[in-house]
Amino acid sequence: MSVNSLDNPFSKDSDLSHGAGCGCGSCSPMASNKDRVKELPQGEEEIVNRVVETAVVKAMFGDNDMKRRQFIRAVGEKAFKGALLAALPMGLLQSCFNETKKKVENGGATAKGASKLEKTKLNIGFVPITCATPIIMSKPLGFYEKYGLDVDVIKTAGWAVARDKSLNEEYDASHMLTPMPLAMTMGAGSTQASYVMPAVENINGQAICLHLKHKDKRDPKMWKGFKFGVPFEYSMHNFLLRYYVAEFGLDPDKDIQIRVVPPPEMVANLKAGNLDGYLSPDPFNQRAVYENVGFLHMLTKDIWEGHPCCAFACSQKFVDTNPNTYAALFSAIIDATQYSSKLENRQQISEAISPKNYLNQPTSVVAQVLTGKYADGLGNVLNVPDRIDFDPFPWHSMGVWILTQMKRWGYVTEDFDYKKIAEQVYLATDCAKKMKEQGYEAPSSTYKKHIIMGKEFDPNTPEAYLDSFAIKKTIS
Amino acid sequence: MTEKNKAILLSISLFFLLIIVGEIVTGNGDRSKANMTEYEILMGMGEPEAHVPGPIEVGKLAIKELSHPFYDNGPNDKGIGLQLLYSIGRVMAGFFLAVIVALPVGFLIGMSPVFYKALQPYIQILKPVSPLAWMPLALFVIKDSIMSSVFVIFICSIWPMLINTAFGVMTVKKDWINVSKTLEMGSLETAIKILLPAALPTIFTGLRISMGISWLVIVAAEMLVGGTGIGYYVWNEWNNLDLTSVVFSILMIGFVGMVLDSLIAYTSGFFNYQE
Repeated sequence: MSVNSLDNPFSKDSDLSHGAGCGCGSCSPMASNKDRVKELPQGEEEIVNRVVETAVVKAMFGDNDMKRRQFIRAVGEKAFKGALLAALPMGLLQSCFNETKKKVENGGATAKGASKLEKTKLNIGFVPITCATPIIMSKPLGFYEKYGLDVDVIKTAGWAVARDKSLNEEYDASHMLTPMPLAMTMGAGSTQASYVMPAVENINGQAICLHLKHKDKRDPKMWKGFKFGVPFEYSMHNFLLRYYVAEFGLDPDKDIQIRVVPPPEMVANLKAGNLDGYLSPDPFNQRAVYENVGFLHMLTKDIWEGHPCCAFACSQKFVDTNPNTYAALFSAIIDATQYSSKLENRQQISEAISPKNYLNQPTSVVAQVLTGKYADGLGNVLNVPDRIDFDPFPWHSMGVWILTQMKRWGYVTEDFDYKKIAEQVYLATDCAKKMKEQGYEAPSSTYKKHIIMGKEFDPNTPEAYLDSFAIKKTIS
Repeated sequence: MTEKNKAILLSISLFFLLIIVGEIVTGNGDRSKANMTEYEILMGMGEPEAHVPGPIEVGKLAIKELSHPFYDNGPNDKGIGLQLLYSIGRVMAGFFLAVIVALPVGFLIGMSPVFYKALQPYIQILKPVSPLAWMPLALFVIKDSIMSSVFVIFICSIWPMLINTAFGVMTVKKDWINVSKTLEMGSLETAIKILLPAALPTIFTGLRISMGISWLVIVAAEMLVGGTGIGYYVWNEWNNLDLTSVVFSILMIGFVGMVLDSLIAYTSGFFNYQE
């Protein structure tokens, strides 16, 4: 290796015009100036640091070494170095190179993804609910850091804002509801923008919560005239609530009123009597119990065992322009989701995500949701370990089911190819590949039949499924 | 006893009366009891339930928050001082943008009856629109939530300034304008030397109203888009049903609003001329 190419770029005496492959006499380590060899960086890390510094300094002077030396002579070595270090995140650049190098050498799952992170500083939005657990906890528990990402997780007031901030590119990626990327891609209730959903966050984990005054009205047939809250129109909450009441013969558009209420405002609205109940994400169901305002009528896992709820989503544009960053982020999310699905980690996670910076809830409430040992508000302590679970795999069949419900309730009216949209937005194949790469088990197919309240859903016949419902929105 | 002293005495006794009544009518949310069952623990019986706080509780929180107002625990948890600064920054940005637009346009309307009549319908239609109604449109067009809140401040503070400036310019004594005409002043010179000083007290009234409205609106705007600011602070605490913090931030919002108002009032004092 050439000696001069590793010379101190901040020195007025060094000569950087000798390249790495320079064969001239003064470049040989054996040459006359042996003392100088000692000043050269030792060890790989130092060499990388030096190479980065040199590249930056060279670039500043357009690779003109004369100019560089003249300039340094004029301002002084120390002043030059100081000013440069103050203006540029040199340490960050260097550690980037070094870390990437290490990752590549280790041959870990991240090697390919982390090889050139286009962007390390990311903003990821979340709505403060337990569904977002993997996205949130990756920050305090260091999952993003592990993949070389410096992520800020930003709390968002509701899903309409999360959608807008994602569309505005204020967020690089965001916590969303599983129907949202489908709706956005179709341009339903939003401007059309191609979104992808590489991973589901949680399955189950929602509940129907009613005001305590309705303790005796456990039969949904008695709910005529009730006012229900759901967090967003394009949400599993909305579709599950509609499905549930329709199975009991109520038309959700006529017999009950469904209002969109951001999750954090649910408890206050229930307390104020603005709502009779809601199907909402936790911790707000459990919080209503904790505040002695409501009780848990049922968990959504009893409507559809293993239903998807929230998701990790970003724009197709983000994936295209930052493929490596996206891959690293995806890996972090998969790791975090798998970590969250282990019951023994849940207490620790509850403590990590309860503080003001994240969910801003009493730890006891969050822990009751995540561990599944909870008070139901009617005097019982229940133990349901799979009250909420985490599974990243975005089944295409789930996407198709969501699309059938969007059509059932008139959110989309035109005909479309269910499978095509589901496959475009839900990146099940990528997810399976990534899961296997990281040593987790992944399903081998992307479609399966689901059972919802005892009724089978076959993703191959969505239109027939749709026709089988007596209650739906009739398009006049 | 002078009138002033009487007022001070009354004010102080009112303060203590409020504290005492406040303490009496509010609870402390305590619901703990001995030998709680597991169910009761899970129901949070050991912790106070959400309740309207008494003045002493608010006072304690105020001391705690105000003793380190600028802490920064990441993007979603910042001290009250920082949050207020974010909000004040947005209000100032929107407010001064509005000044830049409203004063020249106000002069134009005030000086030219044609423009006055031409612009009147637009002003009358846009003025009563709640500034927050602009929010979705702003978010969509500007594509930036912070700039959108600045825009909302801009749009709500522009109308009082505009109308007051126009009114101030229109009501300048005709004699003074006639004098300027005899001195063969151009319209720009007239505007700067005669109309501006004469209309300033009215303009300042407009500024004061605008500032008041801006401060009212920023809280709502920040509650809507979140992120940072005192509005977000209120929303985040409401999230956790922590009414003590909510009451505390209400007091802080009131205090800052008062300071902003007196700043403008103080500045306007320099421009009040006695005839």
